[in-house]
Amino acid sequence: MAAPEFAVPVLEEFPAVPALQPGAMAHNKPFVASAPLNGALGFPGELPEDWQPRAIAHMGELLHKYRSLRVFLDSCVHCGACTDKCHYFLGTGDPKNMPVARQDLLRSVYRRYFTLPGKLFPALVGARDLTREVLDDWFRYFNECSECRRCSVFCPYGIDTAEITMAAREILDSVGVGHKYVNEIIGKVHKIGNNLGLPGPALHNTVEGLEEDMKDETGEDVRMPVDEAGAEVLLVTPSADFFAEPHVYSLIGYAKVFHAAGIRWTLSTTASEAGNFGMFIGNYEQLHKVAGRIRQAALELGVKRVVVGECGHAWRVAYSFWNTLNGVGAGGDDHYAQLLQKQLDPRYKQPSHICEVTWDLIRRGALTLDKEANDHRVVTFHDSCNVARASRMGDVPGGQFEIPRAIIRAVANHFVEMAPGTTHEQTFCCGGGGGLLSDELIELRVKGAMPRMAALKNVVDQHGVNFMAMICAICKAQFTKVFPYYGFKMGMVGGVHQLVSDAIRLGAKQ
Amino acid sequence: MSAASLFFALLFYFATVVLVAGVAAKVYEFARTPAPLKIPTTPAPTTTFGVVLRMAREIAFFESLFKSNLWIWVFGWAFHFALLLVLLRHLRYFTEPVWAWVVWIQPFGMYAGFAMAGAAACLWARRFLVERIRYISTPSDHLMIALLLGIAASGLMMKFVTRTDIVAVKAFFLGLMRFDWQALPADAPLYVHLTLVAGLMIVFPFSKLLHAPGVFFSPTRNQVDDPREHRHLAPWAARLDA
Repeated sequence: MAAPEFAVPVLEEFPAVPALQPGAMAHNKPFVASAPLNGALGFPGELPEDWQPRAIAHMGELLHKYRSLRVFLDSCVHCGACTDKCHYFLGTGDPKNMPVARQDLLRSVYRRYFTLPGKLFPALVGARDLTREVLDDWFRYFNECSECRRCSVFCPYGIDTAEITMAAREILDSVGVGHKYVNEIIGKVHKIGNNLGLPGPALHNTVEGLEEDMKDETGEDVRMPVDEAGAEVLLVTPSADFFAEPHVYSLIGYAKVFHAAGIRWTLSTTASEAGNFGMFIGNYEQLHKVAGRIRQAALELGVKRVVVGECGHAWRVAYSFWNTLNGVGAGGDDHYAQLLQKQLDPRYKQPSHICEVTWDLIRRGALTLDKEANDHRVVTFHDSCNVARASRMGDVPGGQFEIPRAIIRAVANHFVEMAPGTTHEQTFCCGGGGGLLSDELIELRVKGAMPRMAALKNVVDQHGVNFMAMICAICKAQFTKVFPYYGFKMGMVGGVHQLVSDAIRLGAKQ
Repeated sequence: MSAASLFFALLFYFATVVLVAGVAAKVYEFARTPAPLKIPTTPAPTTTFGVVLRMAREIAFFESLFKSNLWIWVFGWAFHFALLLVLLRHLRYFTEPVWAWVVWIQPFGMYAGFAMAGAAACLWARRFLVERIRYISTPSDHLMIALLLGIAASGLMMKFVTRTDIVAVKAFFLGLMRFDWQALPADAPLYVHLTLVAGLMIVFPFSKLLHAPGVFFSPTRNQVDDPREHRHLAPWAARLDA
């Protein structure tokens, strides 16, 4: 690893709230999407002459479409409860990374054009004209928010900065100022079917290779079917699972679980991506279109269940939004929803998380597990933000915390929690979520990971933790990249189903 | 009737209309704007009754703020609870006969005035002393606390220092309510108090005081966590399914 061009934060046992360093991250900004990338999503190629009235008009439209935006822009009292809650602020000290200050970048413009005091006395209420400088600040600082919702836990009005960030990015896209990495990925999903641009034949090749590996390892014919009509389960997983490490070990884990339980399942080349970056840019049409591929695959393959692999924001979209977007769910009485919901098996939650499937099988004694296989590991669990604060698993609130932990305890003997206040609903983002996983943002990513790294260091020092399990493809990619900056080994990062994969015993019960 | 009495009579009619119509318009706007996606901050209740409880805890105890920061919670909660007691105590000036429970809470409401002023002063101090909060404070944030502090101080002044003819004040307000106008005592602290209160009523629908109705409409707090069981669809979003 080359020496970084920035100072990596020093990890303290109890990280202090930093003093303000105005402009500390002002140099940081993502690459702007090119005209073709924007055009592919129906956005203007570049900033048009009349961008300012267009941006304001678009804000007006969003105010009529999203109650969250309207209520959140009106309700903030500047109490300061959120000011020390954002990992990017804690890691950088840049005051514009305090959630309220980030929101105010947009709120100041809202006040100027949409409220009476802002029109009459802008200076008094902190209202600002939408200038090019303000727009540039939006592009910078709304791309320094991972939409992790940690601030929303602490806000007395439940103001969620993620909603503000999504609206701001949507407005930016509407005037041709897109984030290259994100818009490129959404384009790939439309064109090829997944974020990584992995075409169908490559997917077939990959899974064949993995099937051979599993045969060598277990002696069993564990299958990884693709596009098999009539399968019971359609597994939709982040495309990183197909070849990135350590993601692929979890994919192997899912295959072994289905094999051991005798569940007929399939992947789909149409729905070869669980992730949905449409959410990151707050664009409902993109969100809807990307989610539509899953609907299409489920209908074409005639599956009874849709199961989602280890991916944080994908699980948010699947759990919270799919029923709305593509009808994977229950209770729909309209034709669009019924068409799919009549096909899905009502005895199962639609969609289900792979952890719900695995935990259900473990509870019923359907899997043979050798916990000693993970005895060389001392495991901790990193709650991924979108799973923790924007979804659920199982039947009771908080199941998204308990079920992955229950699986870990069932497959490993040594499990340690990180400090309270850094896990469960108060978990810290990995630092690379929300579409910020691009190389040019590495300084932000390293610094934003600081709170999680500090919590991890404490359990590494005190309990010898050598494996951090998680259920998010972005977390996995981010941590394998930033761990070395903090002196941790990349191999400490892995999926919950990687642990399952190592512990599960296939074939005859022993 | 004096010009001052007439002025305050008209001012309070105006302030009341602005407050009621302004907040009603905002509430209508909040209510009519759809929430197209399920976005409760989880873990969230899975039933409507659970949401009622969550909201009740949020309103009565400031649950989220308590998780966040103990100092803001102590001052903020004390301020709001004191304000509530003070407001309830003031019902005696608008009702005849005065309800028994309003009589009963009079002493609490009186001393709550001190708590309200003290807590507002502490909240204001945070805007100067804590660097992060200093950074996010706008002039209107300072003015708002000044306004509230001024209301509390002028009120306490009339109660404990230069007593006002409160019987006449009550007659004035009952007169306003019955459209049978009465004279208002000519009294500086009273004029200050009433002017500031009317000012607060007028800015309410245009300011951050909208957090009061806003919190009830916050989708992260008021939504039931049941997206897999019920299809949640906004009218504008439903058109995309066609």
